[in-house]
Parts: sequence; structure tokens; C-alpha cells
Amino acid sequence: MIMPLPHGDRMIEIRFHGRGGQGSVIASKILAKAFFLEGKYVSSFPYFGVERRGAPVTAFTRVDDKPIRARYQIYEPGYVIVLDPSLLKAVDVLKGLKKNGWVLVNTMKSPEELKKQMDHHRIATVDATSIAIKHHLGSQAVPIVNTAILGAFARMSGLVKIETVMEAIRQSAPAKREENALAAKEAYENVILGGEGE
Amino acid sequence: MVRMILTGNESAAWGARLSKPKVVAAYPITPQTSIIETIAEFIANGEMGARYIRVESEHSAMAACIAAQNTGVRTFTATSAHGLTLMHELLIWASGARLPIVMSVVNRAMAPPWSVWTDQLDSMAQRDTGWIQIYSENNQEVLDSIIMSYKIGEKHHILLPTMIMEDAFILSHTAEAVEVPEQKLVDEFLGEYEPAFKLDPEDPGGFGSLIMPEGPYMEFRYKMALAMDEARNEIRKVSQEFGELFGRHYPGLLEEYRTDDADAIMVVLATIGSTAKDVVDIMREKGKKVGLARVRYFRPFPYEEMRELAKKTDMLGVVDRSHTFGYGANLYTETKGALYGHSSIPVKNYVMGLGGRDITPSVLEKVFDDMLKIAKEGQVDREIEWVGLKGDERWS
Repeated sequence: MIMPLPHGDRMIEIRFHGRGGQGSVIASKILAKAFFLEGKYVSSFPYFGVERRGAPVTAFTRVDDKPIRARYQIYEPGYVIVLDPSLLKAVDVLKGLKKNGWVLVNTMKSPEELKKQMDHHRIATVDATSIAIKHHLGSQAVPIVNTAILGAFARMSGLVKIETVMEAIRQSAPAKREENALAAKEAYENVILGGEGE
Repeated sequence: MVRMILTGNESAAWGARLSKPKVVAAYPITPQTSIIETIAEFIANGEMGARYIRVESEHSAMAACIAAQNTGVRTFTATSAHGLTLMHELLIWASGARLPIVMSVVNRAMAPPWSVWTDQLDSMAQRDTGWIQIYSENNQEVLDSIIMSYKIGEKHHILLPTMIMEDAFILSHTAEAVEVPEQKLVDEFLGEYEPAFKLDPEDPGGFGSLIMPEGPYMEFRYKMALAMDEARNEIRKVSQEFGELFGRHYPGLLEEYRTDDADAIMVVLATIGSTAKDVVDIMREKGKKVGLARVRYFRPFPYEEMRELAKKTDMLGVVDRSHTFGYGANLYTETKGALYGHSSIPVKNYVMGLGGRDITPSVLEKVFDDMLKIAKEGQVDREIEWVGLKGDERWS
């Protein structure tokens, strides 16, 4: 069973890790839009580094039931989304992640295989790269995985409906709107959810 | 009215679009670029009727706006940091020529060292240019302030340009829900631009020629000073009118938050006010009586509001996200100047968040605690304090 974190009326905080060109910043905005379509207050923003293609990029999304006045970075996210598995070695993607928080990784590996690296957290994995290539998103060499991973997030978190995520993608994607929405749906259906953290 | 998810820069572009300037002249600079990209897209799609002039520098961008506005049309531009400081000479020309140009400024730190993150030295250094200056707290305020700025500046007894500030990335690249008003309503609010004077080939004339010391130079400057003072009333009046028509109410020059019965009040600009409101709520829950005053308009400065504020409390802590080398930072010295002879409560300057250093609730809570201590003791320990320096255990 998928249970959201026990936020109560607390804010939901999500951090994205990707590489320049993968669309992490756009993903954070589309996810905000999906929550917005479900009547939530949202805020999404990049940590703007010296953005070059391939360089690590961080982006954030906040969601709440009341207007969001927080104007600082997210230090203790409940959810971390990793768009590029090579970042697991390059960046401390788990930094500040709440105990029992979810980490979603775009990888061919299973949550069980990643467990050694991140045993205090709940892990979900999805092969968003293959899904993106199948739907002709980006190129074979540089597939655009940002929409697929959002579908996986919808399933993993249970916080937002997949139909709403698909609608937000259709409204926001600059091209191949239906292909992007279908990639999200496929990731939603194929994400593998690990068990409780230890 | 439509609710959209917009960044601060997209909100600025929408504010400009709805105000229907006839000329937009701009030069790109991070983090302003997406304002003029969005406007260029609006124009290319036929959604905005302005002429877009690409120029080779910000100095030229302002020169083009001045020339265009002199022909009797609304203009808009946007810039940041080094672009704004390069404009400096022409900013003074624009206000001296009494042209109500409207400009978005994305507050970014000045180099060296290079930084693209937020810091208010760029616009603070333009304090004396004769521009109305407003700092925004959220994206809605960015959009709404642009519309209101045309209305205020274009009044024939004001005729002053306005710069609308937004914090780099914290607003410029942050997406949130923004109400985009209907064009019809904005048209009704703004009306057609009626220039007080313009270049007219049918009736040739010139502006800005040489004036001898016995000529009216000084009188021009005096009239400008009166107009800037009068802008205070106009800002209050237009904020009221805007609220009645659009349903979003802005508190004139200064916004107060839980200031009644406050033992200490923090005075801030821009987005620091947003986070600080959450912190005020947290502190109040703990029984600590603190409040917040967010200065919206830095020029003209709300000196009357500041004097009233000081009557409500025992201490003011003034936060600056820039520094004026040689003495306290600008918001602090202006606040103290307004209070001199009217209030004897302690006032302390906290300099923080330079170069985009994150201002978190925990550091603001520590500043509030320091303020409460000063309020209790009745005197300031250190007049000017830098908060959050590396290695300074006090604030970490």
C-alpha cells in the first residue's frame, strides 16, 4: 500500500536532481502545475548554478493547502527525484532527506539493488530512460526523461493523480504533448516501489 | 481573470503586455533575460502591439525608451545589476525629462566576484536618480505593480519613471499561481496614455537644452522634488483604486504585519518580508511579541509611516540585503533619518543575504531574538551587524 508521509497540514517539499539539458527545472514546474490543478498552493524554483549541458542541476517544488510564503531553499525534503543515475555518485542526493522519505531514481536497477547506498529511506526506481526513448522524447543519446519521471512520482507518492499529471504535461510541454503524457502514464505503471527504510 | 503558474519574470512580462506600451527596448542580462524573451514572444505571436527595439547595451536601451517616450508613447524595459548601473546616466536623464518610463529590475549582485544571485546594491545605487522605486514580495505584486506604476507615473502632477524590483531567482525564476487580470479591466484602469508634452513635427520644439545658472534649472529640480513628494499620496490613492477594481489590496508605501503591541518590529524589503511573516507567526505562537514592516516603496520613502510605526514598539531591527560602505546600509540610514527628532527607540542594522546567501527562518528567528533583547535592554549593542558570515557562530 502507498502511504503519503505523515505531513499532517505541513508543507510537501520535493527536490529534483538532474543534469543540465534533462529538463529538471521544467519537471519541477510541471509538477507544481499538477498540484495547482488539484487546487493546491505551489511554488517551484531552480537552484541556479552555472548551468551547462551535463552539469548537475537542482530544482525544488513546494506544495501546501495555504499560500506559500517560504522564500528559501528546501533543506529537508520529504521526496527526492533523481533524473540521472550517475548523480548518485557525483552529488549527495540524500542530503537532508527526511527519515523514511522517498527517493525516486531513474535507473534500470531495482530498489533492492540500491538499498545498500540508501538504507534509511524508501526507494522507488523506474527506467524512465527506456520509456523516453520508446516514446521518441529527445534523442537516443540524450533522452528527455523529465515527464516520465513525474508519472512515477504520482504512483510513488500517492499525492497527485496520474490523470492530473498527464493534463499538466499536456498544458506545459512545448512539443510532443501526447507522447510526453503517455510516457508519464507508462512510468506510473512500471515504477518499482521498495519497502520501508530501516 | 485567469490564474496561471508564472515565474516572476513571466509576471513582469504579463504586466507589461497588459499595460500596452508601444515601444520595448532592452538588452538581455541574467537573470532578467526571460522577461524580454517572453515579451519578444508575445510580440512575435501578435499578442502585444509594441515595437521591440534590439539595442547594443542597456545605456542604449534607456536612450531608446527616452526618445520613444518623448514622441508621446508608453515604453517599457527591464534589466539587472551591471545593466542597471550602465544605465545610470540615462536614468537621471529620464526622470529629469519627466518621462514616466516603467522598468523591471531583477535585483542581482554586482561583481566582483561574479554572482548572478540576489542582492540589492544595484538598485540601491540608483536611489538618487529621481525614479520611484518599489520592491516586490511575490509574483502577483510584480505584475500588479507594473500596471499601477504607469497609472501613478503618468499623472501630470507626477511625471516620474518607476523601477519595479524583484529578487533574482527567488522571484524571477520561481513559479507560483498568479491572477492575470482581463485586458478590458486594465484598459479601463489605465486609459489611453496622455503625454503632458511630446515631440510633434507639426509644432517643432526641443527638450533638455542648455540652461544658464540664472535660468530655471533649479526650479525644474524643485518641481521634481515636489512631484516625488506628491507621489506618496498618488501611490496611496492608486493602490486603493486598484483594490476596488481588481479585488487585490496593496497597503500603499509600507506593509505592516502583526505590528500592534509588538515589542520589536523588523523592517525589511522584498521577499525577506514573505519568509519573515511565517517567522513572526512562529514567534508569536511561542509568546514572543514581534512584528514586521515591509517597505514597498523605497522612493519616495515612507517617512510618515515609519514615524507612526516607531510609536507602536520599543525597537526596530532594519534588515538590508546590500551594504553602503562607510556607514550603515540604505534602508537603515533612511529609517533612522526619518525617526530622528521623532522617536528615541533603539534602531539596529542587520546586513544579510548578500550575493544570494539564503535567508532562512532559523536565521531570522535569531535576529528577532536579538531584537527582543535590545528592546528589553533599551540600547543597541552594535549599531551595524553583519549576519551569517562564515565562521560566526552567533547566527549559525
